[in-house]
Amino acid sequence: MLLLTCPWCGPRDETEYHYGGQAHVPYPAEPAALSDEEWADYLFFRDNPKGPFAERWSHSGGCRRWFNVVRDTASYEVLATYTNADPRPVVGSDAPGGAR
Amino acid sequence: MSTQSHRLPTGGRIDRSRVVRFTVDGVAYDGHPGDTVASALLANGRVRVGDSIYRRRARGIMSAGVEEPNALLQVGGDCPEPMVPATIRPLVDGLSASTLSGLGVLDPVGDDATYDKMFVHTDVLVIGGGPAGIAAALSAAQGDARVILLDDQPELGGSLLASRAEQVDGRPALDWVASAAATLADAPEVTVLTRTLAFGSYDDNYVLAVQNRTDHLDTPTPAGVSRQRVWHVRAGQVVIATGAHERPLVFAGNDRPGVMLAGAVRSYVNRYAVRPGERAVVATSNDSAYDTVEDLLAAGVEVAAVLDARDVLSARAADVAARGVRVVPSTTVQETAIDDATGRIGRVDVGILDDAGEATCWESISCDLLAVSGGWSPVVHLHSQRNGRLRWDERLVAFVPDGVVDGQQVVGSAAGTVALEAVLREGAAAGAAAAVRTGHPVEPVELPASAPLTGEGEVRALWLVPGRDGEPGEWDEHFVDLQRDQTVADVWRATGAGMRSVEHVKRYTSIGTANDQGKTSGVNAIGVIAAALGGPGIGEIGTTTYRAPYAPVSFAALAGRERGDLFDPERTTPIHPWHVAHGAELEIVGQWLRPRHYPLPGEDMDAAVARECRAARTGVAMMDASTLGKIEVQGPDAGEFLNRVYTNAFKKLPVGSARYGVMCRPDGMMFDDGVTLRLAEDRFFMTTTTGGAANVLDWLEEWLQTEWPELEVHCTSVTEQWSTVAVVGPRSREVVARVAPELDVSNEAFPFMTYRETTLASGIPARVCRISFSGELAFEVNVAGWYGLAVWEQIHEAGRDLGITPYGTEAMHVLRAEKGYPIVGQDTDGTVTPQDAGMDWIVSKQKDFIGRRSYARVDTSRADRKHMVGLLPVDRTTVLPEGAQLVEVGTVVGDGPDPVPMLGHVTSSYRSVALERPFGLALLAGGRDRIGERVLAPVGDELVEVEVTSPVLYDPEGTKRDG
Repeated sequence: MLLLTCPWCGPRDETEYHYGGQAHVPYPAEPAALSDEEWADYLFFRDNPKGPFAERWSHSGGCRRWFNVVRDTASYEVLATYTNADPRPVVGSDAPGGAR
Repeated sequence: MSTQSHRLPTGGRIDRSRVVRFTVDGVAYDGHPGDTVASALLANGRVRVGDSIYRRRARGIMSAGVEEPNALLQVGGDCPEPMVPATIRPLVDGLSASTLSGLGVLDPVGDDATYDKMFVHTDVLVIGGGPAGIAAALSAAQGDARVILLDDQPELGGSLLASRAEQVDGRPALDWVASAAATLADAPEVTVLTRTLAFGSYDDNYVLAVQNRTDHLDTPTPAGVSRQRVWHVRAGQVVIATGAHERPLVFAGNDRPGVMLAGAVRSYVNRYAVRPGERAVVATSNDSAYDTVEDLLAAGVEVAAVLDARDVLSARAADVAARGVRVVPSTTVQETAIDDATGRIGRVDVGILDDAGEATCWESISCDLLAVSGGWSPVVHLHSQRNGRLRWDERLVAFVPDGVVDGQQVVGSAAGTVALEAVLREGAAAGAAAAVRTGHPVEPVELPASAPLTGEGEVRALWLVPGRDGEPGEWDEHFVDLQRDQTVADVWRATGAGMRSVEHVKRYTSIGTANDQGKTSGVNAIGVIAAALGGPGIGEIGTTTYRAPYAPVSFAALAGRERGDLFDPERTTPIHPWHVAHGAELEIVGQWLRPRHYPLPGEDMDAAVARECRAARTGVAMMDASTLGKIEVQGPDAGEFLNRVYTNAFKKLPVGSARYGVMCRPDGMMFDDGVTLRLAEDRFFMTTTTGGAANVLDWLEEWLQTEWPELEVHCTSVTEQWSTVAVVGPRSREVVARVAPELDVSNEAFPFMTYRETTLASGIPARVCRISFSGELAFEVNVAGWYGLAVWEQIHEAGRDLGITPYGTEAMHVLRAEKGYPIVGQDTDGTVTPQDAGMDWIVSKQKDFIGRRSYARVDTSRADRKHMVGLLPVDRTTVLPEGAQLVEVGTVVGDGPDPVPMLGHVTSSYRSVALERPFGLALLAGGRDRIGERVLAPVGDELVEVEVTSPVLYDPEGTKRDG
């Protein structure tokens, strides 16, 4: 049971949160301008790294705010927690990457 | 007259002032409080338990703890329970049990006992109340850190409960334990939980433990006390002091009744004051069994010989030998024989171990007890559950923790430490460090100690004692896993079949999969696998994965109070009491309890639904629609936001009007639908499906927060703030006119898909909408939630002379299906676009919205996509089962391609009064191009011919809508 730190509420049990998949995959500004392949990439493809991974969480059983977490998918160690307004921090051996 | 022939005259942690009586397998015995069932049986001279599961070999009590593979009980009484190790079950007066052969029977009668949960936070959690754990807790408790100390035994002490000569802090060890327990009990921030077993360790120091609260009571359970309690502990720091399990030795006939772990023998002699035999042989690979030798001698048990596998006697061994005990180096047990008269071990054949690991028989020794020690395996389970690494230690001949789990320390024999003084020092240091790390500076307590076992002696790795003859593949009496009856021959067969990984051998043989989870067999199995493979060392082979629970935990304990009525929240509308009072049959929709239909006396569901549908189509009917999800969407950008969320346009919807909308995922698939009212320029009232309300609110908030934070919009759930009564049917206008006299209900003044604010005749403010989910003239009367029941009753009264008929969800489904209105989630399944559902008209061509880009994908324009269609069984009588497959006409089931090519399936199916025949809705490949054609639906053994139609089967022209 992870102990995640909501930027607004503080540390809470994982069961208070809802997982939202990879972070920093914005809805394309102009979907119509994308090729089928680019659109399919947005719809269906996500990274699956072993190691640091920026992901979205929602404090659905609390303040209901979305925020981002960089978590090591191998150790489950939370490396950073930040709001939607913040850029992805550079943590540990991690390089930002994953831009799409 | 006591039956306890094998009870020692003095000593033990039992209450001799009381005698308790119990029966096992129908035989009456007696014992004392403080006994386990196993110790009491041994005190009665009984070692034999149930035969083994497959081979039906005689077995006996082997251990004195949770690791027991043989002595499993089916416990009767008020709270019957299968597969209970006799070695941990406290003896109580009147206990009745039978021994098991590896399989118990779950009592089909419900368990009425109470189970509950406790959620706690602590600075320091110490798991294990032996010397290391006590030292850790004493150290951590010196400041004001919150400390929890857990132990599965009835009292603190751990291995010291079985001690005799050990001293701590200048006193007999158990005197020190008693004073430490008193100190901890008096410390205000310390919680000591005995009879509490930590069974699971999860991320970020979340530990689950189960506390047995009543099984040791021989009086009725006090009111309000749960039988078991599951503790959910979130700890800043965890100190794991879980001790070690002794390993048996693998030789021919190592499963005879009377073969016991040497440490268990110590427990029975010292802790329970039991003489487990009259003449013992001790076989060991290490120094620890010499404590057993001395304890047996002190208890007056003859020790015929100590067979020490090591070539050179250690100092400890030499010391014991010097006192006249026959200690034979380089030997072990090669075979055993059973004494037919007693049913337990009668003879040990001694094997000399040569350098090549061969054994030759040298002599036979008669005995009735064989104490074995193949070394000790640290209980690393909780460390490993957190992915803590292990290292094979050649000197200790054991897997020991390697590396650190964040916020955790493993100490004492769980870390491979042997000598008592070192164990105490480690525990004290870890407890102090844990307190310091949580911000409570303390120093470790200092605890000098002495014990016969100093931990300096070597351990000989002895995995497999060669049999007298044959090859290992034939050694089928060398047991590796006693509970699964798996032997060296079975391991050889697994490796012979190509298994190399310990995980594969485990699953091929089932070693380690019984309810003891291989606590005594796991490491021996790895040793035997290493021997079978010949090449890799034990450390290279590694262990299987340790998973929670460490020991079996009942489902009842895990469920706690969340059973029966408390299993899931139950939601009811303000009108619910009326439904119950009027005989409604209820069904659960989402978490809502809704009327399914209202049968009159003598009516079955079909008759009731037909009557309710007839009323809605020909007269007037009413339904409690309060469960529909309702969300207020407010803010200057609310219109823009809904424009992006719904496939159709909302931005220009006039105030006072309503519009049906469909929302889709970015992949273009339908996700929810409902009618939205515009209350003001900056305020909308959205309705969702009953089951989808929470998901829709999540969805809206997600987009607002993560994609479009610039939009000024707020969403608020108002589902429970409103009660909604649908008034449906050609005569609904008359009824609404009566309850809302200030409202002009004419079609001209109050057209379809508009709403009006009014005050009812009763003075209750109401928002009345003209919305129809049946195709009939219909109104929805929305009032503040607490007026719901009153307004329902007013409408019911106002329509009484018109025969107003309450209807439930079943009639609602029939009415909407007759009109081809899909239920999102029933007629669609996340692979259906609005176009597939025949709702191309609702997909805007002008604006962008979530999902639009996907309609330009090749996949969404395939001609063979599954379309929503109507179905009419040609025989006019068959009600197709929902979920039935659809296949081509001419298909012969069972004689052709397998599986039969499937075209789609039935999503909704009902009898229709209006159509005077059964009908259905379906998703059918290329369905719109098949309208007028026939397909087949397998129903049981029959293939039912079905006509494909438009999904709108009733009033396709829409003539009924305005009355």
